[in-house]
Amino acid sequence: MGFEDIISLLAATVRLTTPLLLACLAGLFSERSGIFDIGLEGKMLAGAFGAAAVAAVTGNMWLGLLAAIALSVFMAMLHAVASITLKGNQIISGVAINFLAQGLTAVLGLAWFHQGGRTPPPPPGGRFPSITLPWADQIHGVPIIGPIYAVLISGHNLLVYIAFLAVPVTWWVLYRTRFGLRLRAVGENPKAVDTAGISVYRLRYQALLVTGVLCGFAGAYFSIAQGSGFVNNMTAGDGYIALAALIFAKWKPVPAMFATLLFGFLDALQIRLQGVPLPIIGPIPVQFIQALPYILTCVLLAGFIGKAVGPKAGGVPYTKEN
Amino acid sequence: MSARRPLPHWADVALLPVLNLLLALLISGIVIALIGQNPFDALRILVYGAFGYGEGLGFTLHFATDFVFTGLAMAFAAHAGLFNIGAEGQAYVAGLGAILVGLTLDHTSWLLVLPLAIIASSALGAFWAFIPGYLQAKRGSHVVITTIMFNFIASALMIYLLNYVLKPAGVQEPSSANVVAAGKIPQLRQFFPFFGYAPLNMTSIFAVLALIFSYVVIWHTKLGFAMRVMGLNPTASRYAGTSNSRLIMIVMAISGGFAGMLAVNEVLGVQSRIVMDFTSGYGFVGIAVALMGRNHPVGIALAAILFGALYQGGLELQFEMPAVTRDMIVVIQALVIMFTGAMEGLLRPGLENAFILFRPERKAEAVKRETVGTEG
Repeated sequence: MGFEDIISLLAATVRLTTPLLLACLAGLFSERSGIFDIGLEGKMLAGAFGAAAVAAVTGNMWLGLLAAIALSVFMAMLHAVASITLKGNQIISGVAINFLAQGLTAVLGLAWFHQGGRTPPPPPGGRFPSITLPWADQIHGVPIIGPIYAVLISGHNLLVYIAFLAVPVTWWVLYRTRFGLRLRAVGENPKAVDTAGISVYRLRYQALLVTGVLCGFAGAYFSIAQGSGFVNNMTAGDGYIALAALIFAKWKPVPAMFATLLFGFLDALQIRLQGVPLPIIGPIPVQFIQALPYILTCVLLAGFIGKAVGPKAGGVPYTKEN
Repeated sequence: MSARRPLPHWADVALLPVLNLLLALLISGIVIALIGQNPFDALRILVYGAFGYGEGLGFTLHFATDFVFTGLAMAFAAHAGLFNIGAEGQAYVAGLGAILVGLTLDHTSWLLVLPLAIIASSALGAFWAFIPGYLQAKRGSHVVITTIMFNFIASALMIYLLNYVLKPAGVQEPSSANVVAAGKIPQLRQFFPFFGYAPLNMTSIFAVLALIFSYVVIWHTKLGFAMRVMGLNPTASRYAGTSNSRLIMIVMAISGGFAGMLAVNEVLGVQSRIVMDFTSGYGFVGIAVALMGRNHPVGIALAAILFGALYQGGLELQFEMPAVTRDMIVVIQALVIMFTGAMEGLLRPGLENAFILFRPERKAEAVKRETVGTEG
């Protein structure tokens, strides 16, 4: 494997990490506010469908992105009503949302586009193009720095850059704003927040709104940036990997980026290693690499390598006392 | 607010789930209307497809058998306050037990194969659920997350085994060798032509036994008592001298054992081999079944038949109304999970008020109680 190969492997890592990172940060907002969210997968899927459907009809990627965000936020609000207002079980609500998205996108996709659940590829302008950063072509020839800049850093679509930009922004919001302070507090001790005269419900609704928006970006990435058009169940479990990454990152934004990069790298490696024997070990079954994120998360959760402890009030609906 | 009175028992266990189901069907009907089809026609086709003739009924009961197993897996753990979301993975791995017994004893008799396959597959299912149970009991990792992870690990493991270990030479698709003789669990249609081509088979007997077994264990044994106490209040349970961690592992293992039995029904009852994803999401249907059936064996039996009917009727619907695919059933399933599980608070308060309003003597009583309350 030469230098160019490594760079292209890393570039693939960046592309595969993007939806994981967006979903992981989405989950971070929800879970930091004390709402478990295993419905990331469903929100992304709904978003992907919304983006593909609108972009296919209008040929406008921005409208597609907007539709993705709208649908994903709708799903997030469903989760909010169930788990905040109605004080329902957050796990069950998340499961329901995943199935709702899976079923509805398939039914509506078939009914509207008659292509077995696919949406037609969006016309030109309906898809986020790759962006070539300034001078990328000129310095491609420069050894080492050239390929790193031209292949690894340049040449991705806008949503990739937004995803990685969302990491410092999330960090800033979480640790440097009043909203972030309250958000962290409400996930640990909602009663204290309530006593301070701040509405727990409102804060949690706001958190889930952010979750919905970020999952919408992730969804749009699937169908109108990385891919072209919607395919049934195209998120293929990434919502759960993002959840695993969130635990792996101990619910913190910067580690979330590294965790999703690790899982994205494993995914890229797995695609690259199909049938290629490694020195010493021989051919590794790709299934092992595919299962690695889940195995690592279980090992971490079990406290064998560090300890993952989530927000204390996670999963418990808040009831204001009379 | 203090006038809120719990619902009468029958309304709690029967009326509320039915209302939630109707709400789910109503919304699904709207979706069907939105895509330009007639929801009433759809319902008629669905009901006829599920119950209208022998073969349909056979399929309905066959699916119901799967859902009894996964519904019990979910419900059994729920009584102990555990959320086993991994029935899908447990059943998938359990397929190994079923097929190994089937292939090894293919030359004997199904009377030997069936009970041994049930034991082997539930043992593997139990093992796959025991690990998350152990991790929660001894290492404090949440069983919800670990069982989700174990679903994916199971999937990767099984794809590997099907591709590199179980696949006989010369076969293209990832699947095991076929059982040809005693490994095939007899289907009821061999005795009753009434069932047409329905794959309903002898494994269904074990579904009935599993329902009875779970009823006895949950409500008439020390173990059942201990697990229900733990489910209601883990601290009280520990105070009463129960080892919660031991109990968690036992309950998870039994729960996984129920899920594992699904494998016999699908692997030896229908496919005669293991194919990829033979569990087809049935593990997750168990969540809806347990919620709808209020975690009670009778409720689970009824809910399993309901979902069996939805799955079979959904297949029929797909033939008659190509626009309404089986994915519509997933939508109904999602709505049932949502309304009976997470949004129970939507209908319950209204129903409670309705019961107070529409029964004068209750209203008078409520008013009296209120007045006394304010005076005191």
